[in-house]
Amino acid sequence: MTRNASIWARIDKLSVVIFLLMIVMGWLNIYAAVYNEEHTRILDMSQRYGKQFVWIIATLVIAVFAVVTDSRFYFFFAYFIYGGLLLLLVLVLFLGKDINGARSWFQIGSLNLQPTEFAKFGTSLALASYLNARRHDLRKLSVFLTATAIFMLPALLIIMQPDMGSAVVFFALFLVLLREGMSPFVFISGVLMVVLFFFTLIFNNLYLNGGLIILAFAAAWFVVRKWKPVLAGILILIVAILAMTLVNKLIFKSMSDERILFVSALLSGAAYSIYFYSRKALQLLVIYLFLIGSLVFVNSVDFTFNHILKPHQKERIEILLGMKSDLHGTGYNVNQSIISIGSGGFAGKGYLQGTQTKFKFVPAQSTDFIFCTVGEEWGFLGSLFVIALYVVLLLRLIMLAERQRSDFSRIYGYCVISILFIHFFVNIGMASGLLPVIGIPLPFFSYGGSALWGFTILLFIFLRLDASRTEYLV
Amino acid sequence: MKDQYINRKYLIGSIIIIAAAALLVRLFIIQVVEKTYRLSADNNVLRYVTQYPARGLIYDRNGKLLVYNQAAYDLMVVPAQVTRMDTAEFCRLLGITLPSFRERLRAAKTYSRRASSVFLKMIAAEDYARLQETLFKYPGFYVQPRTLRKYSRPIGAHLLGYVSEVDESLIRKDPYYKSGDYIGKLGIEEAYEKELRGKRGVKIFLMDVYSRVKGSYADGRLDTVAVQGQDIISTLDEDLQEYGELLMRNKTGSIVALEPQTGEVLALVSSPNYDPGLLVGRVRSENFSKLNSDTVFRPLFNRALQASYPPGSTFKPINGLIGLQEKVITPFTMFGCNRGYLFVSCHAHSSPLDLKGGIANSCNSYFCQTFRRILENPVYPSIGDAYMSWKRYLDQFGFGKKLGIELTNELPGLVPSTAYFDKYYGKNRWKALTVISMAIGQGELGTTPLQMANMLAAIANRGYYRVPHIVKSIGNSRPINEKYLKKNIIGIDSTNFESIIAGMEEAVNGTGTARVAALKDITVCGKTGTAQNPHGKDHSVFVAFAPKDHPRIAIAVYVENAGFGATYAAPVASLMIEKYLKGQITNKDMEDRILNLNLIGQ
Ligand SMILES: [Zn+2]
Repeated sequence: MTRNASIWARIDKLSVVIFLLMIVMGWLNIYAAVYNEEHTRILDMSQRYGKQFVWIIATLVIAVFAVVTDSRFYFFFAYFIYGGLLLLLVLVLFLGKDINGARSWFQIGSLNLQPTEFAKFGTSLALASYLNARRHDLRKLSVFLTATAIFMLPALLIIMQPDMGSAVVFFALFLVLLREGMSPFVFISGVLMVVLFFFTLIFNNLYLNGGLIILAFAAAWFVVRKWKPVLAGILILIVAILAMTLVNKLIFKSMSDERILFVSALLSGAAYSIYFYSRKALQLLVIYLFLIGSLVFVNSVDFTFNHILKPHQKERIEILLGMKSDLHGTGYNVNQSIISIGSGGFAGKGYLQGTQTKFKFVPAQSTDFIFCTVGEEWGFLGSLFVIALYVVLLLRLIMLAERQRSDFSRIYGYCVISILFIHFFVNIGMASGLLPVIGIPLPFFSYGGSALWGFTILLFIFLRLDASRTEYLV
Repeated sequence: MKDQYINRKYLIGSIIIIAAAALLVRLFIIQVVEKTYRLSADNNVLRYVTQYPARGLIYDRNGKLLVYNQAAYDLMVVPAQVTRMDTAEFCRLLGITLPSFRERLRAAKTYSRRASSVFLKMIAAEDYARLQETLFKYPGFYVQPRTLRKYSRPIGAHLLGYVSEVDESLIRKDPYYKSGDYIGKLGIEEAYEKELRGKRGVKIFLMDVYSRVKGSYADGRLDTVAVQGQDIISTLDEDLQEYGELLMRNKTGSIVALEPQTGEVLALVSSPNYDPGLLVGRVRSENFSKLNSDTVFRPLFNRALQASYPPGSTFKPINGLIGLQEKVITPFTMFGCNRGYLFVSCHAHSSPLDLKGGIANSCNSYFCQTFRRILENPVYPSIGDAYMSWKRYLDQFGFGKKLGIELTNELPGLVPSTAYFDKYYGKNRWKALTVISMAIGQGELGTTPLQMANMLAAIANRGYYRVPHIVKSIGNSRPINEKYLKKNIIGIDSTNFESIIAGMEEAVNGTGTARVAALKDITVCGKTGTAQNPHGKDHSVFVAFAPKDHPRIAIAVYVENAGFGATYAAPVASLMIEKYLKGQITNKDMEDRILNLNLIGQ
């Protein structure tokens, strides 16, 4: 008892307070989202707020269990927990209940459990456990690939459900690798690839190619700070483009504009490389290679998308990106979501006074689109407050992670930070129309037992590790 | 050990802060800077008017319109916007009672006060015109255009299916559907729902406190446009379908006519049937329960795919073909018949007969002996193995399994396995003679009219079939499912078909059992049959294809409780074939006899 008591004394109060604040605010907003005049009892189990009330009570119990469990348990059983959850992810593909064409849920009596939500902390434990011993080798390819495989495996299983949104979450764990020594080049290339992938599908390919080239010249100027070589480069490119256009007119006749641009950039590269070589301008070579790499990537994405993917796969990606709206109402949902949030104005309409959110026009009102209610009823001030809560929590968690004496605890801490961060950023970004529609919950706010419990376990394991950081050097 | 990457915590922290800042900028723009999303302080509201797409049209194989749309209107209500009004006048206008008015309003309130719900469904176009003039006096009410199905002729109900409103359980299962949406049920409407339905859109209007439309919200930037459903070109021949239904009036049974090479369904009649127009609009649910509760005639029951009968003598060609392919008989094998074989009796005819004569005269003895040779074939170690080999051929013909037509509720029929006999008679306790009734298509066998028509298509094609289907193409160009284009090879050499087809030709055109089906200028090849009916008079069955060379139609006709195949089924088939190939009927007497025939006594 005394040891348990001391654990409670050492647990980080600020994090717990923010956690409690978030689940209370979450519940209030779920109540507002499904509120109607006919059902007003708080514990009405036919309504979502009634059920969420029960999930919250359960999550508090779970939090207590997560804290009183010996911290060495998490360390020693990390792989077992990970393995068990992977098994559940496999089983759900066969035994899961088919909801909206995806097998993501186990139905146990009247309770639906989503193993995806629990796989997040299991994967974090496994990644922390693996890197604990080898973090100084992260620049070795084998270690890097194994670490990546640890979180790509559950992501793949989740894609098979299929639940693209939840799978995206696991990519956030690259942030952990970045913190632990992965080359920033790898990280930047990865982010660049994701951004370019999305841009390629959204924007006209010609503009994108042109934009990349302009960006490369800007970067070149930024590096050398001289006009002459940059202008010379532009001149060479223009000559190359004119030459290619002429060649196309005379010989090929059917090249598209972006293909001409691409080939011109490649050809003029020959002229540049002589310059780079003679002046030993290595940075410029790097910029040029980045440019060519991006151009190849952009054009191959387009090719893959149009020629290799099957129509239904294409459609799924297009819906995911909001390029094609309303097939399953995604584009429509975003529009409704923006109207709701936008209509909140600066100070909001007041609690339970939202009109847009009452229209029942957004089906995921209390789950993925819970932020609409916040935006509409609490306005920009409410949005600011919620975002501030997340930023404070995440920065606090960074502080906690950095004060760990064991690598395991710190790495696990960064896993928690990465996962909470991507959920927070993507969810609010999606609801406000900044990011494409990726249906993932807002941690501690969204309706749903599995998500709430998953995030609670994720967070409280770390708070427990932190509370006992001085006891064991696990 | 010193952590060389410790400074990266600042990098991670910066990423978080930059991301949060991006969110805040975005939220600041839509919540504070951008004015379009704001609804001004005087309680302006938005009205979401769903733009329902027009459902795709359905055409027959010759481009004649079978199913189209007509306008109708739903009266919608937003309870929160309803103000004091002249309720009595309003009720008079709509032709509803005051209690009904109160009940409808209460139901709408229960759903939601601020969201709109349907107050009165499917108001006809005439009533709408009257209503529209005075609707401004009743804030909170507005009219939503919808469409209803309309049929150019009252035919093909089983094939076309109908359209009804989605129910709660479906809305939960499929997120596409919302309360008030239509969905296809049965027939083409169900099978091609995804293509026919199109895509819903929504228009958002800004309303003032008096519930008057002030204009499009945010310049219509947030509206989505409805996309019309795709049209369907069906394989049906409208005239042939109509004629088939006419012939089958006052009879119980079915007709399936296929184009042999393609597997396209030319006509599919199940009688008794109903006018598809009965299941449209406000009268639909009432009429549906009437049709559904008619347990005597069961008009909703599609006999062509849902009734399984013993095939009777129409099955003899199959046993002949298997016998030839297994080399237990040749076209010249002669069998004697003395009014029967053991306990299976036969009718009077010349004896002995070769294979062609056996088919033409439908000799029971001939096929009992053939079937016995198939099962007692020394090539197989046991009768079980020989039987399974026989069953494999049946499987290749599409018996004992669903063929895979687009329509739901297709029956697989029944071809018993050896396990069935082992269980029934005991293992090794049954022999060829125990199951001999299957030689003449009786006993445990069950086949649907669709399967029999398909069998005829396979014979007409001399060895293959394409899965029967009722849709030729979707929209202008979209092809149908590949499975309908694939050739299913039976595994019987095409040369083996010739003597069987010659027998079927003679049955109709020579001295055989089906002379009544003969046509001038068209060589019909057919086979009569009688399906045993334990509940009453036997069913009259006839299967045929025509012409003999380059066949264009394969047909199966079932007339229930009508006795021998030659009596009623053969004339019906003959009339159908002539109608399809010639467009007109020469034997008017036979046509009149069939049209005036009443076998259900009403
Ligand atoms: Zn005989």
